[in-house]
Amino acid sequence: MPIREDVLVVGGGLAAATAALAARETGKSVRLVAHKKSTLRQASGLIDVLGYVDGDGPRADPYGAMADLPDDHPYRLVGEEGVREGLRIFDDAVGDAYAGGHTDTNALVPTYGGTVKPTARYPNSVAPGLASIDEDALFVGFESTTDFSAPVVADHVVAAGVPFEARGVTIPFPIRFRDDARASRFARALDRDETTDDGRGVRRVLAEAVEEHLTDEERVGFPAMLGDDHDAEVREELESRLGVSVFEVPTGPPSLLGLKLEDRLFEALDEAGVRLSTGNPAVGYEADGDRIEAVYVDRKRKEIPYHAEQFVLATGGLVGKGIGSDRERVTEPVFDCYVPHSEDRYDWSESAAFGDHAFARFGVVPDEEMRPTTASGEPEFANLRAAGGVVGGADVAREKSASGVSLATAAVAGGRAGEEA
Amino acid sequence: MSDAENPSNPTPDEQTDFEPVQVFDDETEMDLRPGADNCYKCTSCDTSCPVAEVDDDFPGPKFQGPEQWRLKRKDDEDIDDSITSCSNCMRCDNACPSSVPLSQMHNTARGEYVDEQMDKLSREYLRNRLLSNYRIMAEIGSKVPRLTNFALNNSLVQKFNEKVLGITAERDFPAFAEQTFREWWHERGGAQVSSEEKKIAYFHGCYSNYNTPEVAKALVRVFEKFGYEIAVPRQRCSGTPMFANGMLDDAGRAAEVNVSEFSDLIDEGYDVIASCTSCSMSLRQEYPELFEFHGTAEVSAHTYEAMEYLRIHEDLEAEIENASVEEQSFAYHAPCHARNQGLEHQAVELFRELDGVNIEDVGDSCSGISGTYGWKEEKYDTSMKIGEEMFDHMEHAEGNVGMTECPTCSMQMEHGTGYDIKHPLQLLEEALV
Repeated sequence: MPIREDVLVVGGGLAAATAALAARETGKSVRLVAHKKSTLRQASGLIDVLGYVDGDGPRADPYGAMADLPDDHPYRLVGEEGVREGLRIFDDAVGDAYAGGHTDTNALVPTYGGTVKPTARYPNSVAPGLASIDEDALFVGFESTTDFSAPVVADHVVAAGVPFEARGVTIPFPIRFRDDARASRFARALDRDETTDDGRGVRRVLAEAVEEHLTDEERVGFPAMLGDDHDAEVREELESRLGVSVFEVPTGPPSLLGLKLEDRLFEALDEAGVRLSTGNPAVGYEADGDRIEAVYVDRKRKEIPYHAEQFVLATGGLVGKGIGSDRERVTEPVFDCYVPHSEDRYDWSESAAFGDHAFARFGVVPDEEMRPTTASGEPEFANLRAAGGVVGGADVAREKSASGVSLATAAVAGGRAGEEA
Repeated sequence: MSDAENPSNPTPDEQTDFEPVQVFDDETEMDLRPGADNCYKCTSCDTSCPVAEVDDDFPGPKFQGPEQWRLKRKDDEDIDDSITSCSNCMRCDNACPSSVPLSQMHNTARGEYVDEQMDKLSREYLRNRLLSNYRIMAEIGSKVPRLTNFALNNSLVQKFNEKVLGITAERDFPAFAEQTFREWWHERGGAQVSSEEKKIAYFHGCYSNYNTPEVAKALVRVFEKFGYEIAVPRQRCSGTPMFANGMLDDAGRAAEVNVSEFSDLIDEGYDVIASCTSCSMSLRQEYPELFEFHGTAEVSAHTYEAMEYLRIHEDLEAEIENASVEEQSFAYHAPCHARNQGLEHQAVELFRELDGVNIEDVGDSCSGISGTYGWKEEKYDTSMKIGEEMFDHMEHAEGNVGMTECPTCSMQMEHGTGYDIKHPLQLLEEALV
């Protein structure tokens, strides 16, 4: 008797989690099969919907901007309704850990590169840092966190034309770690309020060190490493000691905000009763005509079938390895779905690093139900849908739309899979 | 302008038979290379490493694997001695988005370190050799279990162990059973069920043979209930403690026996079942990564953890839904080596549906003991620091009985909380037999 569910979701990131939650809302049994830890830990933890169209932006109204997208963009298929449904599922899953749901317009969040990013949802700890708030800001970096230079962040933020003054200072962290200590090490020290050399708590010593630099700024921004399990407590203590609001600036990998989002999503899956099988890759399938019967999971050299009525493919894009490529062609490795691309691989990219690359839009071509289609436009399988980065047509890095595309396509794919199972 | 921007000679078509590996010498000896080039330094492995989390001096899996390999390419570089601080939890494997075989690289590096850099007369070497060959001690000790149990946990002996051997005096040695599993098995006359189709060969490993035969007996009773014919072939240690201590020659000798015994049975239609997740991990992953005995690949492909096997081949879910047991609550910890095989959720998922049982996952932290690691006097504190989060979650869980598949995790759980620890097979036995 094999393992059997109504809906099987293949993948472990934002799209997979959302598709599983959407399918679970229909009351069906759902299992998620994930391989590696998801690319969420490399992501900012912000939920972007749409910030730029064809290099033009930042756009304040993501819904209004959708009309300017090309016809084969996933948003044109799922519509505003699909995006709103995706955000609803997300908001339910993360509860009050995220802000931004009060408005339809994009928030502008300073990032660790000093750019200002249009985004739809952001962690609470990021909220006091929004660029639209008319309060002067002091950015604080630590000597050993070389990828976050507070003065550079401040200068860039000011150059972006924000309505406030910003300044950056670099100070030593009150506890000395090894030179290449990870963000998680700083977070843990603050979480536990570890003691410094003179026996005082690190939170207090840090607040005092920052206070020396604080003039009349009304808020202080740190790289996102202010605690993990007790992050709210860390931030509250710093705020009360400093007497100003404290915010986090999303960082690059390993991103604690991304890690926390991953944890929260998996908690939501567990609470919703979604079953989880993690650690092994999906490598193939068994079909009867145009219906998939089972997905094979490679459990260290042995393929185990996972049966279901309906399947959702949410394995990610090129970075997440849901889309593969070699020197010859671009593929979708699990079901070998059609992925349109030029035969000449020199057409796959542009010479400019931030150019309009074809590879950025590589992915399966969905129909209006998010079923991947063949070259002739027919569904590849009657009971397979796709969501997230594996879906082509969006240049999510240029558009700042990665999370929104994941949420919207997952809401439609997962919801339909659940209804039909 | 680089060649990549302006390919000078061949067109892409002419390059189709280009095999990048051909540029290197034809290597027959294992080195640290496999997959190193796939590492793009995203540090996912470092953030998953339980040792790096608590030990500021430990450089982490990225350094121990791909970076160490790059350094080693210059011939006169030694293996960095921090390799002995890796606990072989193998979490880095699971974290790497590029499928770099990190634990394989660590095992290889550790083997090279022990072979070429470690003083074979040093206390550390002798201690590690002794710990990783636990089975030999166990075999002798279990001949006179009561005497051994008394002697090993005598405080003078413990002090001697710590001062002379470097084995921590903080821990109590696990008790040897009055009768080993194999003795019991022979006494009962071996298999009680015969079947043409359903046949399993049981890899009991050392611990359930010498220390917790009740786990092995539970496996036998549960599988016989489902109509399986069970074989218990001659076997040696799975090799896990030897990999973790860089004793690859010892591990190879043990693996050769295991592969030969079990692959013969696979030819006769048996699948290999283990009740310890480190044993199944070793047969599945480490054997084919490190050895090339005839039958290694077959053993790897046919090895399963016990409950995993039942879930694939039987309707365990329906059986559990129709069963009930006396009211009890468990704090479940998934061992690292269960996680790496994709088994971390199965016990909680299944027992949640069992009438009378309340089971709670105590979170994803490592228990910290990692086999022999937490027994070393110099690693004991690190081991307990890693375990802190698990102890804390266990104490906050409703149950005051722990549950896990791994014998050393269970030692650590017991050591840190004082709870009794059960194996999922014991609860399965209670529910179904």
